[in-house]
Amino acid sequence: MLELVTTKLEDVANWGRKFSLFSYPFVTACCGMEFMSVAAPKYDIARFGAEFPRFSPRQSDLLMIVGTITEKQGPALKRIYDQMAEPKWVIAFGVCASTGGFYQNYHAMPGADQVIPVDVYIPGCPPRPEQVLDALILLQDRVARKDGHSQLRLKREKIVLEQSRALEDD
Amino acid sequence: MSQKVLDALKAKFGDAIIATESQHGDEVALVKREKLKDIATWLRDDAAMAFDMPVFCTCIDLLDWRPVKAPGTASSARPAWDPTGDGKSPRFEVCWQLRSVPHRHRIRLKVALHENDVKVPSLALLWLGFDWQERETFDMYGIDFQGHPDQRRIYLYDEFIGHPLRKDYPKEKRQPLVRRSDLVGDH
Repeated sequence: MLELVTTKLEDVANWGRKFSLFSYPFVTACCGMEFMSVAAPKYDIARFGAEFPRFSPRQSDLLMIVGTITEKQGPALKRIYDQMAEPKWVIAFGVCASTGGFYQNYHAMPGADQVIPVDVYIPGCPPRPEQVLDALILLQDRVARKDGHSQLRLKREKIVLEQSRALEDD
Repeated sequence: MSQKVLDALKAKFGDAIIATESQHGDEVALVKREKLKDIATWLRDDAAMAFDMPVFCTCIDLLDWRPVKAPGTASSARPAWDPTGDGKSPRFEVCWQLRSVPHRHRIRLKVALHENDVKVPSLALLWLGFDWQERETFDMYGIDFQGHPDQRRIYLYDEFIGHPLRKDYPKEKRQPLVRRSDLVGDH
């Protein structure tokens, strides 16, 4: 019975989370223009409840990596990701953030997922605002399905903890 | 456009000007490394020159470079590029572009360097604008600017080994600072 209540409670919490994603825009390059376009009234990301950029990673649960990540920025990106509270989600906005794009050289990281896990990749150089909204809807589905990388990680950690407790009890 | 600057340089410094060229309205003077600082100081301070504005400083890596074949000449007629006259082609050309706002003329100073001797006098104390430009040239090409007040990397991180805009730097060689620890495993 208790399990049923907590599962349902988590479903309700995830329903709330998916419509109130607080994003942290890690904007490094020209994709930022398209990000502004998504945030501005014409495409209006507010319709999906993610209109509120927090410029502190500690207050946000959606990291939007907008633009090229260089090798020099790697430690900063990792640190920002680590500062975000669980559960958290990550979107790689544009090809540079997803794969490095047309930069195959000494300075560009071949995708932000070299450093942190990414939930949704948006292709495009830059992506159309509609693609970003589509990605956000995909992410909302994942949030509701408890399928985000940090949700899965929490679940896995919980199972490991339970197993180790069971081993101790034996 | 600034032919008179080249003429004045040749009249004043003679053999210190190894070669000059004019192309697309840009005048270039290849100068001797030992005389670079004197020439630059004169260009800045002389009233008829008055080069008060540093435009850029950069470097050209001439690895495997050959002059473009002139039309109608045989392919074997390509001369080796030997401005210093010691029988060896230089590996690098460091260049400084200058502009005079009052006289509206421009000049580019070049110094040719061999691969194993990349020291060159710094002009950062003559024009402060060359400070970061020379740091960038050092960062990307490894040119050693003698007398630069603060010569260290400007774009790349200190852990980076080598100079990436040199033509012999491997094109896709990355030097990562951080990678995911869970890239191999259960993710």
